[in-house]
Amino acid sequence: MPKKQKIVLVMDAKAVERALIRVAHEMVEKNKGAENLAVIGIKTRGAYLAERIAKLIEQIEKVKIPVGLMDITLYRDDIQTKLEQPVVQKTEVLFDVVDKVIVLVDDVLFTGRTIRAALDQIIDFGRPKNIQLAVLVDRGHRELPIRADYVGKNIPTAKDDRVNVKITEVDKEDSVSIIKQ
Amino acid sequence: MKLRSRHLLALEGMSKDEITLILDTAETLKEILARPIRIVPTLRGVGVVNLFYEASTRTRISFELAEKRLSAEVVNFSASTSSVKKGETLKDTVRNIEAMKIDMVVVRHQASGVPYFLTQCMKASIINAGDGAHEHPTQGLLDVFTVREKYKRIKGLKVVIVGDIKHSRVARSDIWGFTALGADVSVCGPTTMLPLEIEKMGVKAYSDLDQALEGADVVNVLRIQLERQRGSLLPSLREYSNKFGITRDRLNRLNQNFTIMHPGPINRGVEITPEVADGPHSVILDQVTNGVAVRMAVLYLLSGGEGKVE
Repeated sequence: MPKKQKIVLVMDAKAVERALIRVAHEMVEKNKGAENLAVIGIKTRGAYLAERIAKLIEQIEKVKIPVGLMDITLYRDDIQTKLEQPVVQKTEVLFDVVDKVIVLVDDVLFTGRTIRAALDQIIDFGRPKNIQLAVLVDRGHRELPIRADYVGKNIPTAKDDRVNVKITEVDKEDSVSIIKQ
Repeated sequence: MKLRSRHLLALEGMSKDEITLILDTAETLKEILARPIRIVPTLRGVGVVNLFYEASTRTRISFELAEKRLSAEVVNFSASTSSVKKGETLKDTVRNIEAMKIDMVVVRHQASGVPYFLTQCMKASIINAGDGAHEHPTQGLLDVFTVREKYKRIKGLKVVIVGDIKHSRVARSDIWGFTALGADVSVCGPTTMLPLEIEKMGVKAYSDLDQALEGADVVNVLRIQLERQRGSLLPSLREYSNKFGITRDRLNRLNQNFTIMHPGPINRGVEITPEVADGPHSVILDQVTNGVAVRMAVLYLLSGGEGKVE
């Protein structure tokens, strides 16, 4: 018998928007402008967040920054233990990463394994000046020594909770909720 | 969506969805070949043996590159420099190889059915790289991939396969692959080289080339396999190239945007003239490039473990 689930809404559309605006400002502040900045979003939802952050930075700084999209399937550390191979999506990094400040963007930071895979993949594209990490939600329970530079919201969770991020481009609305098992 | 089998023995019996999954995956993986570092760590620690009992340039190099670009551990075997020369049987050879911990075997053999036989005597995933006159599934897949890349569809295209259909594993894989995706496939060759009842595979058969080429979009020219000719199927090569050779004059009957394919190696001046093989409609070298991406997709999709899903 499945246990009763409890769904708690932690961010609505307004809260997501405010968090992204703050994160965009923090990026510009920390890097003293956006001259050498580029963002790379991790598919699926991180890619849309990266595009939004790039647009926000363009509004703030009046410079267009390059946006890349990355699928990390081929760099996963559990690929040979899965029964069914995950679908590989396109990776599109159409700019030179060498000597750029790259901000990786993802929706949820959990074990850190996805970020490890993304870091390895970026370094195979070239040697950036540095790599930073922005996430909409940090839910804790890291399994690797990885932390985010920009966090939309820290949300304490139990390990078996599920964090459900919805993004308008895919899910018709912006929201973050926790599904408690 | 996943492949139903953990082996790739043939395109016969594969569904449209399975073939499309392989082609879509190949399309994504092709991007890796354009990166500064053309290698991803996906198959790290997976042992692959390339077991080649027959000569091969393209298929063998293509598989080896595909394996290496996915970071697999690659071992090459060729019958001519192995203990096969001392009389070791196929079964003993593969069981010894398996004892050295191998996860996947890419096999080419002159006898049809060898890849299936290997599935019965070893645990590894088996990929057929050409068995006798049976099938050459990765060639079929890369042919379909190349055509789909150019026309953005397969359904409704008229594909003509010209040459020795009877002895050609490429023809068989192409027929299954193209028909599964809805192409209109014809074969053409001297009657001695057309199998009886080939129409049962869902194709039209012609022994008049000009008739076969009427309105064609894609012409796949097969190599005349001199090493497989037993007895006299052909009076002479010269007569063959007069009647079935693809020359520029013959191509007027094709659609404007036609494509010339050839699985290689080419007998220049026999089945195809150099000006056609190297001409603007030829995708022969694209086929070779795409072969690596398609084989990467097959290796990736067949390499799943037995653990839980997500």
